[in-house]
Amino acid sequence: MKYVLGRLGQAAAVLLAAFTVAFVLLQAMPGDALMIKFENPELGLSPDQIAALRVAYGADTPLPIQYVHSLLGFLGGDFGYSIQSGTPVKQLLAEVVPGTLLLASLGFVAAVLLAVGITILANLPGLRRIADVFRALPSLFVAVPVFWLGIVLIQVFSFQLRLIPVVNPGPVEGLILPVLTLAVPISAPLAQILIRSVDDVLGYPFVAVVRARGAGPWWILSKNVARNAVLPAFTMAGVLFGELIGGAVVTETVFGRAGVGRLTEQAVSQQDTPILLAVVLLSATVFVVINLVVDLLYPVLDPRLGARKRGIARISRERKVVAV
Amino acid sequence: MSVNERETRASSLPDPFVPIRRSLRERIGRPKVSVVLSVVWLLIVIAWAIIPQAFTPLDPIAGNAAQAQQPPSLEHLFGTDATGRDMFTRVVYGSINSLSGALIAVSVGFVIGTAIGVIAGSSRRILDDILMRIVDVFLAIPSLLLSLSIIILLGFGTAQAAIAVGFTSVAAFARLSRSEVVRVRGSDYVEAAFASGGRFPVVLWRHVLPNSLTAVLALAALQFGTAVLSISTLGFLGYGAPPPTPEWGLMIAEGRNYIATAWWLTTLPGAVVVLVVLAANRVSAAIAAKGRIS
Repeated sequence: MKYVLGRLGQAAAVLLAAFTVAFVLLQAMPGDALMIKFENPELGLSPDQIAALRVAYGADTPLPIQYVHSLLGFLGGDFGYSIQSGTPVKQLLAEVVPGTLLLASLGFVAAVLLAVGITILANLPGLRRIADVFRALPSLFVAVPVFWLGIVLIQVFSFQLRLIPVVNPGPVEGLILPVLTLAVPISAPLAQILIRSVDDVLGYPFVAVVRARGAGPWWILSKNVARNAVLPAFTMAGVLFGELIGGAVVTETVFGRAGVGRLTEQAVSQQDTPILLAVVLLSATVFVVINLVVDLLYPVLDPRLGARKRGIARISRERKVVAV
Repeated sequence: MSVNERETRASSLPDPFVPIRRSLRERIGRPKVSVVLSVVWLLIVIAWAIIPQAFTPLDPIAGNAAQAQQPPSLEHLFGTDATGRDMFTRVVYGSINSLSGALIAVSVGFVIGTAIGVIAGSSRRILDDILMRIVDVFLAIPSLLLSLSIIILLGFGTAQAAIAVGFTSVAAFARLSRSEVVRVRGSDYVEAAFASGGRFPVVLWRHVLPNSLTAVLALAALQFGTAVLSISTLGFLGYGAPPPTPEWGLMIAEGRNYIATAWWLTTLPGAVVVLVVLAANRVSAAIAAKGRIS
């Protein structure tokens, strides 16, 4: 229980620090997005009007007050207003989150399938000769730029093979290539860790025992190794989420899909800092929550760890008694 | 065992007081084909960056409109674009942007990250905790979003994109150098160095740094590949070098308008990026493997 509380406090501290870093970077630094927009001579605003707008956006209040104000706003789900359009950032995000959520979750599922497929092919008893090819695949996937992969897929499937129409594809057809584009780079680190942990588990003594009792390679892989080898992959969840967000920015731009990534890309092009601030903080929050859940669940999934942790706790308590 | 026998055995062992200095050749051992190929390829790309004129007689910016949109041929290895510029020439001249950008990025990450890591690893608990929590924050923000946040602050451009990418590797360098400092600090020879009157900076320089060099080098090579990838991504999104600059990511973005008719404009520059990243990762893995053995 104490461990859980401590871990929760740590997560909250990281989030507060992330907010501070993002605030300092995006709001407190001199690159004043408001001035860029409103001092544009084409708008023809008088200095008085600019001053009034600055008051309306709260740009002239002292930084510490701005800081507390935005922090409270974020805690209450208020992310401020877009500088370019004046729309609440919350509304802009609400419009695009479902699309990205769909793309990201399908991409994640596809990545898991791809990674598991590669791992199985790399360990298949009948394919020993070409196993090295599958073992090399993840390193190739890591090296491929996401935007380039998307373009090459459009080239091959839409223009060469004419399988998927470029203009007005159906909702399902339109998702195939973006999902594939997103899945390939995500699957690479996952496949790498799976292949490594399968190799590790195959070296455990219990596998030798099972083999000695006459189990075939398939039986060992599916019944004994799989469960043990999947565990380390859970620790990757947070990192993979970050990759998904980065991948979504590029994929949505390449395929022209509306989504959080596209919104982010446009926000950067137009120097719309409040949107970027909101996206950065939301993804940092999800990252921290994912890592928290993984950390808390891991001892449950892997009883060995739980036992060790309890052991450590007992020892430290004993030490305390001695110290008193 | 007789005394005599023991003596002969002792004399057959290497003298413990003479340091065993192996030549570079011995230390590297027999390299694998893939590593050799990677190194050769990286050297070629570095040569592109230093002396592009030696590889192509053409100009990367001025086009020959009479030869627009030609597919790859012996004359134009990578074809030509809509304004008749030779794509191979542009890829060759573009290597300086990608390589110098990646170099800046790795240097930024290395200097800031290692500084944080070494200070954290060698200081008391409170400072160590504070520094590593700051590193945790950098890890919590997805790397592309982190570099976009820095880009929005610094403005668009080649150097800005490189610095922005550099900040995304600060956390990795900080964590590695901290763990290396902590590991080496706990070893007997460092304790001996302190016991014989070594001051901390001297011990750090003479014992801790050389012993953590392999791991840091492997990470630097890995980050170099990642930086090439990230810089081309930022260039593609339009935040890096401005147009007519022959930057790999930007070239792919420009070729995107012609995917229906000219596949070579996007496919070939992208393939060069893939090969560079692949080679850098391979070299990194080779350095890391050597570090584990010796």
